[in-house]
Amino acid sequence: MSRRAWILVAPLLGALLAGLGWAGFTPIQVSSREALFEIPKGTYARRRAGDLVEILPGTIRLTLGVKDVLLIHNLDEVPQTFGPTIMMPGQSFRLPFERAASYQFICTAHASGQLTIEVEPEPVTPWARIHWRARQWWENHKK
Amino acid sequence: MNVKLARFALPLLLGIGVAAAAPPRLSPPDDLFKAGTLSPVMPAPELALSGSDGKPFSIARFRGKVVLLAFGFSNCGEVCPITLATLAAARKKLGADAADVQVAYVTVDPERDTAAQMKKFLGSFDPTFLGGVGTRPQLEAAYRDYGISVNKVTNADGSYTLGHSSSIYMIDRAGGLRAVMPYGHPADDFVHDLKILLRS
Repeated sequence: MSRRAWILVAPLLGALLAGLGWAGFTPIQVSSREALFEIPKGTYARRRAGDLVEILPGTIRLTLGVKDVLLIHNLDEVPQTFGPTIMMPGQSFRLPFERAASYQFICTAHASGQLTIEVEPEPVTPWARIHWRARQWWENHKK
Repeated sequence: MNVKLARFALPLLLGIGVAAAAPPRLSPPDDLFKAGTLSPVMPAPELALSGSDGKPFSIARFRGKVVLLAFGFSNCGEVCPITLATLAAARKKLGADAADVQVAYVTVDPERDTAAQMKKFLGSFDPTFLGGVGTRPQLEAAYRDYGISVNKVTNADGSYTLGHSSSIYMIDRAGGLRAVMPYGHPADDFVHDLKILLRS
């Protein structure tokens, strides 16, 4: 590589390495460990009318130590069964997870009646942190 | 020092240096439940059943105690024995405070579970455990109010077993449905949450 090209590439390479160093070694900080989902008003009525549009994702992905608390608000006018409990209209259910695993729950807000929650281990190695941050960045930019 | 190596290492070290300066993450406060919690807290749906001790079985009867309410059946070979053994272990770990904790177990098998059968079954785990039995309509009302699902599976020989919701409902001293522990949590998680409920 010529000296001129190297002068152009070196700062970019330096920034990339500094970024990787930061992404791999900085503990992941989030403003809240809760992943919030809402069952909107009229969900039950829509289901009864034959509308099968999914209101909540079929699979919710959580990460221990980062986003490991599921928070569901029932804004519908009728009780909704979510996982281990029934939620009255206007009620919220806050469910923390402490073990990485795949959980299958009953959920009346889903057309299938089923919800999967994938709880992943805490990203503690540099590579896991880089991977987690890259995926978050990608998912935020997909929206 | 190798100059080429330094060119690569310095930016990486700079990034690591910035990372080291980041504040440490705080642990969650100790008063957060291990179970799922409901908010706002609403009264636990009332039960109009008969107890395995021959007295009426209702939420109101247990007012002043913390109640662990679950649903199951005495012929259950998998989930119920584990749940009941876990709850018995949690009560033992609580020591004297266990006197303020009532385990209430409602049958999902009214055809086979009589009061005497439930008393015998529950007593093998802890003599203080109380069973709730009743007619099918009485029990169906309880299942509906607590969101309990029961699926009957008939075997080739004509016998049957039941799949059922296996969460444990945690009801405070005032009769409020505060929390729901999914199946599979260890006794220590119950002890943790019961201590919060007992002092509140």
